[in-house]
Amino acid sequence: MSSLILRTATRFVFPLLLLFSVFLLVRGHNEPGGGFAGGLVASAAFSLVVIAYGTDVARKSLRARPVSLIGAGLLVAAGSGLWALLRGEPFLTGQWTTIERFPGGPADLGTPLLFDIGVLLTVLGVVLNIVFSFAEEE
Amino acid sequence: METVLAVVVGGLYAAGIYLMLRRSLVKLLFGLALMSHAANLLIFTAAGFHGEAPPLVPEGSRALLPPYADPLPQALILTAIVISFAVLAFGLALFRRAYSEVGTDDLDQMKATDT
Amino acid sequence: MNLLPVLPILIPLFTASSMLVAWRSRRLHRVLGAAGALCNLAAAIALFAAVEREGIVVLRLGNWPAPFGIVFVADLFAAILVAASAVVGAAVAVYSLGGMDPERESFGYYPLLHILLMGVSGAFLSGDIFNLYVWFEVMLIASFVLLALGGEKEQMEGAIKYVTLNLVSSAIFLAAVGILYGTAGTLNLADLAVKLREVDNPGLLNALAMLFLVAFGIKAAIFPLFFWLPASYHTPHVAVSAVLAGLLTKVGVYALIRVFTLLFVRDPAFTHGLILGLAGVTMITGVLGAAAQSDFRRILSFHIVSQIGYMVMGLGLLSPLALAGAIYFTVHNIMAKTNLFLVSGIVQRDSGRLSLADLGGLYKDRPALSALFLIPALSLAGVPPLSGFFGKLALVRAGLELRSYPIVAAALAVSLLTLFSMTKIWAEAFWKPSPMPEAEGRRRDPAPATLYAPVIAMAAVTVAMGLWAEPAFALAQRAAAQLSDPAGYIRAVLGGGP
Repeated sequence: MSSLILRTATRFVFPLLLLFSVFLLVRGHNEPGGGFAGGLVASAAFSLVVIAYGTDVARKSLRARPVSLIGAGLLVAAGSGLWALLRGEPFLTGQWTTIERFPGGPADLGTPLLFDIGVLLTVLGVVLNIVFSFAEEE
Repeated sequence: METVLAVVVGGLYAAGIYLMLRRSLVKLLFGLALMSHAANLLIFTAAGFHGEAPPLVPEGSRALLPPYADPLPQALILTAIVISFAVLAFGLALFRRAYSEVGTDDLDQMKATDT
Repeated sequence: MNLLPVLPILIPLFTASSMLVAWRSRRLHRVLGAAGALCNLAAAIALFAAVEREGIVVLRLGNWPAPFGIVFVADLFAAILVAASAVVGAAVAVYSLGGMDPERESFGYYPLLHILLMGVSGAFLSGDIFNLYVWFEVMLIASFVLLALGGEKEQMEGAIKYVTLNLVSSAIFLAAVGILYGTAGTLNLADLAVKLREVDNPGLLNALAMLFLVAFGIKAAIFPLFFWLPASYHTPHVAVSAVLAGLLTKVGVYALIRVFTLLFVRDPAFTHGLILGLAGVTMITGVLGAAAQSDFRRILSFHIVSQIGYMVMGLGLLSPLALAGAIYFTVHNIMAKTNLFLVSGIVQRDSGRLSLADLGGLYKDRPALSALFLIPALSLAGVPPLSGFFGKLALVRAGLELRSYPIVAAALAVSLLTLFSMTKIWAEAFWKPSPMPEAEGRRRDPAPATLYAPVIAMAAVTVAMGLWAEPAFALAQRAAAQLSDPAGYIRAVLGGGP
């Protein structure tokens, strides 16, 4: 596909979508959002690149192989559950800490965020794996 | 509302099973997709309606205020949708591959592994 | 106890995801594939020892209280099956080191194998019916890809049938879960067992029971829902056949036993009577199907169906002795069946074919392999003192005690026909002189130790289960006692409770 309008628009929309995906991830902390939605938005951004520029450019801008992203995401998500064992609590119990000097007031930081990052990576990897392999079949 | 949804669920099942009984691979896949939609809608219907408000704790409050919708069936459906998405994507790839390997999409021709 | 019940899930998960990260390194896949499976075996045995020592072990994920959070429950039945499936996983992973072709390995065979193991352990340990569905799907999607891996024409056709019927079964399972939630308002198995007692609608309960029977029946391959199995199990690589044959249908049987001892026990005359009838027909159709076949792996595939009949028969009789027999028989069958498929792999490697008409002379060429075939084959047929005999003995005794003479007669007749099938393979493949000229497709060099070691280890388990049948059966009886008394399970999960 070689539409000038789409290519130009993609340049602007792509970083915005990635930013929105991070926003969704952080917002999922205690409002609707989260790793899954964030991952889908991020993979939509890369799918847009696939449509506008082709899979080669998309793969290059992704830097990692989608399969490796799946693996890394699963490792991060499952690993976040192991943290609780250090405190003698069951697997996956949320561990929280408060950062007092966060810009804009104290913020709670915990392992669920880590879990969500793992989910985001996994979703991104899975969707892009599917999109790339279907797009490259042609 | 329940009656309407029950009819829709039944219709989806009927259409899904009808498509699955056809001989074409593509229709089989669409049939499977409709079956999983029907199952999702069935969960939603069977769990009942407890009010329209989303189950979110309002700002400044410590607990949910009734009436709110039961979040569990929605979580179940979300999980089931993701699973069926993955499975159907795999099915699509498999059927495509099988079509190019066997050279037909007619299920009646695929008898090599039967006895 | 904060981690142990999920270790048989986490170890395959970590193994598989590490392999995904290092996707290109085939050597790392091989090393991790075997090492992860052995670690998983160690964890499964540790879990089994803990359950044996302390009774039912419960893990509440994220420390959420029981009916609300996700629980993993390891009672003796689940722990035994987790250990057995870890044995299969380790055996197949080691076998694959010598038996898997590089192409399948670089397409992610080892990660898939571990995801499959994760799904199987998860299904056994889940204490929540929706999670059971999720683990089923994890296991199924791994098995779909494993089945299609290689992409030959026959594999594709087999995979289409397998995938379609299993997806239908999942859709039915999901619908049943939805209605169950609408009826009882909970999905935790222990909580369901309590709540369903108060549901005053026997018709709805029986309809639900039938939905679950169909959903799990397709996965367990009971009559008349088994047709996907003999159409697909002989098509993939032998190592894949072995792990699917050893584990997948047993997860279906496990789910049937769990649901029909914990949830649907209000109307056993109808539900368990039906299951008993299906068990009999399953046995007979399976063994008759096998008798008509003339391919090594196809015969074995049909025998899976007939043996599922025995396990389901134990559930249909529903006495503690029958359940103990079913548990013992399931473990025996997991070992013997996987082993037979692995032996068929060595036969295929050495002679280049698996059709009985073309095989022959293996007894002369490979006496050790012949002995290794005979152990699981005779065990499957129920020849004493091997493990299959004691499983069948317990089931038949339970049938006699309950005066279900038709099912006992069917079990005995099917046993005889199994012996016929096994002697057919023996006479054709091993005993008769080879019909082929020497050079064609045969290999003179003996198979490497990685192929023989798992076969020998599993044969040793089969023999041990027969020689030490008394302690092994006592264990099965304790597991059956836990199943027959749901109160213990409910108390362990919900704590105190009703």
